Amino acid sequence: MPRGKKRPLPEVSSGSMADIAFLLLIFFLVTTTIANDKGITLLLPPKPDPNEPPPEVTKNDKNIFKILANSQDQLLVEDEPYKQPMSELKKEVKEFILNFGNPGEEGIEVYNSLPSMMKSEINRFGKRLDSSDDPTECVISFKAARGTSYDLYIGVLDAINAAYNEVYAQRVGITVEEWLSLDKDDPIQKDMYDRARSNIPRAISIAEPDK
Amino acid sequence: MSKFKKSSNTQQEIPTAALPDIIFMLLFFFMVTTVMRETDIMVKQTLPRATQLTKIERKSLVSYIYIGEPRNTSLYGGEPKIQTNDVFVDANEIVQFVSQEKDKLSEVERDQITMSMKVDVDVKMGIISDVQQELREANARKVLYSAIRSAE
Repeated sequence: MPRGKKRPLPEVSSGSMADIAFLLLIFFLVTTTIANDKGITLLLPPKPDPNEPPPEVTKNDKNIFKILANSQDQLLVEDEPYKQPMSELKKEVKEFILNFGNPGEEGIEVYNSLPSMMKSEINRFGKRLDSSDDPTECVISFKAARGTSYDLYIGVLDAINAAYNEVYAQRVGITVEEWLSLDKDDPIQKDMYDRARSNIPRAISIAEPDK
Repeated sequence: MSKFKKSSNTQQEIPTAALPDIIFMLLFFFMVTTVMRETDIMVKQTLPRATQLTKIERKSLVSYIYIGEPRNTSLYGGEPKIQTNDVFVDANEIVQFVSQEKDKLSEVERDQITMSMKVDVDVKMGIISDVQQELREANARKVLYSAIRSAE
């Protein structure tokens, strides 16, 4: 063995590595569709039991906020034609939810759990006796005709959800964006979520359209 | 003077040794974020815009129903159609589709199945409420109306 003479290290040429990586990169760039699945969630009512008669509506009429949409995409809100933008509808729904006209025991409990900011807001738009009793009781009913456009349907659903989300977010003192991005796997955030939701059910009723 | 001349032969090339690493980094990013498109969507899909969007928590629980006017109107006509997987179905076949999708899930997760409705904005509510009635029938009550975040 000759000493002091180093043998050159065998090397794999890595010059074309970049090319191979580029090829793969371009393949994934072309095939990729970044997951963007977001939307408005809704829980449908359970299917009616044929052996039982349909449940009677026991709710007081003033506790139901009625929104109707016809095939010409015209809205009827609380029995009156409605032409304002959706942001106004959101405000009306919110005022309806937060109306303590004739609160029951649970309603008073909810009222006391609200932050003072919300209390003063509620007192400002008044406690109308002809509107809902308290947030535990009220229901938002939305009925669309078969000819209503999907766009309007989503718009109204979005406005109702926005009203509820605003109420929830205000109740725990965060913004609506923060509310929507709450992570329910995290116990602290889950607790906040439960605190906001307790006793104010998101009662959205989607009625079946007439045939 | 000759002192300065010596230093003038600086290297002009950009070292490219790190280039593969950079490309690999990008490659891995796209490999991780990519979702292979499983179905070929045969209906028009312009999703509506909304503000109150929630994310899907578990993607494995989601099945998709596409509703819209067919892209190939000369073959399928201009009326809105329902697409599941790769085929057009009638509203009364939704129950079967849901039970197929439920079979893919484990027993405990079956009730948590979420149906993501990807509906074109130009569709009327009639077909959607038909689908909803079928979903109630199939006991898949969680529905997500797919939408895009609106600008305001």
